[in-house]
Amino acid sequence: MTQPLTYFKETPSQTAGPYVHIGLTPNFTEIKGIYDEDLGHNLVNDLTEGERLTVTGRIFDGMGVPLKDALVEIWQADSKGLYNSPSEFRGQADPNFTGWGRCPSHMESGVFTFETIKPGPVPFKDGRLMAPHIAFWIVARGINLGLHTRMYFSDEEAANGDDPVLARIEHRDRASTLIGDRKGNKVTFDIHLQGDRETVFFDL
Amino acid sequence: MSNRKPNTGAFFGRDLNWHPPAFAPAYKTSVLRSPKKALLSLDNTLTEITGPVFGHSDLGELDNDLLLNYSQDGGLPVGERIIVHGRVHDERGLPVPNALIEVWQPNAGGRYRHKKETYIAPLDHNFGGCGRVLTDENGAYSFRTVKPGPYPWPNGVNDWRPSHIHFSIFGSGFAQRLISQMYFEGDPLIWRCPIVRSIPDENAVKQLIAPLDTANTIPMDSIAYKFDIVLRGRRSTLFENRLEGN
Repeated sequence: MTQPLTYFKETPSQTAGPYVHIGLTPNFTEIKGIYDEDLGHNLVNDLTEGERLTVTGRIFDGMGVPLKDALVEIWQADSKGLYNSPSEFRGQADPNFTGWGRCPSHMESGVFTFETIKPGPVPFKDGRLMAPHIAFWIVARGINLGLHTRMYFSDEEAANGDDPVLARIEHRDRASTLIGDRKGNKVTFDIHLQGDRETVFFDL
Repeated sequence: MSNRKPNTGAFFGRDLNWHPPAFAPAYKTSVLRSPKKALLSLDNTLTEITGPVFGHSDLGELDNDLLLNYSQDGGLPVGERIIVHGRVHDERGLPVPNALIEVWQPNAGGRYRHKKETYIAPLDHNFGGCGRVLTDENGAYSFRTVKPGPYPWPNGVNDWRPSHIHFSIFGSGFAQRLISQMYFEGDPLIWRCPIVRSIPDENAVKQLIAPLDTANTIPMDSIAYKFDIVLRGRRSTLFENRLEGN
């Protein structure tokens, strides 16, 4: 016999359902007057350091139709590669950058949009640098457990080539599903839930 | 001197047999929205270990009072007045202080305040249906609301959702991010619901059913339900491998 190994089980997930906006972005669904503004609407302010970018995209189902009831959250480092988080122990992140954003898909077009900045590189566990990236988390009706993925940047070809996470993708052509297409200050990142271009999602 | 490190360990791996699978065909919408390829396993990096923090300045005084936060003329919403309270802790049993809990639900008649909602049950002009609260230093939280009604939904021809409150929870790291639903003790619709039944393990379903808590019921006022939430635990950070020079 041994001592009992007493850990709790994580609360199981359930779908966010079609009305996730009521709880997470009530102003977006025209429930006014409860919250001043929807959380996660603004990542930046006038004093935020770094290169301004607009990140936009859609989420497609297995028939290639964009989801119009999804909700996306992003999490990223500041321009120097520091996270604005109590768990960040390497230094003080830019206080004018939250690093966290939340945006529902547009109810007609399915487009999500974030006004943010280009993140700096962040070290991997062994000290090597990961290429600049933004973590994505996607929930919607029909998604039973929130989906984690990452967006990297098409203008970081060399850094992406050295990225220890991208390097772990066995089928090399799938790595391209994690690269946001940068044109000027706009980065387009479409997410495919199924099909030949199915996005690489993470178990993390 | 202390060798205690900040709260920066990677999270315990997720037990994907405890959560519902992405593809659960009795819940029809999951069929075209479930990834088919294997997930890429990734032991947490700084990106997943860190996460945003919320403060009391982000919240308003009535944010955890759904009985009053949409009151139009000082009136109260129709329905059974309830208190939902509990504790957020991690898989080790450690409290998760300062966790942001956001909730949403339909009114007592089972009608959501959403422009795409078409159920014939009426809106309640004193009920918005959303609230939020931060856990205290012990991981405890509570809010007041009305008990949500069950409602029909277009899945099977005659499927009804049991009464439920949607929960979104932020712990201390982005990898802990979780959305779930709380059900109510004794509801006969729970075990018939295809969304509930997407969870393969009966004990996992039971973890989502809040018991009636008569100890915390307020006489002549509100019935209480207790709902504890478990987030992923963190590993110790003491013995990470480092490359030389780091």
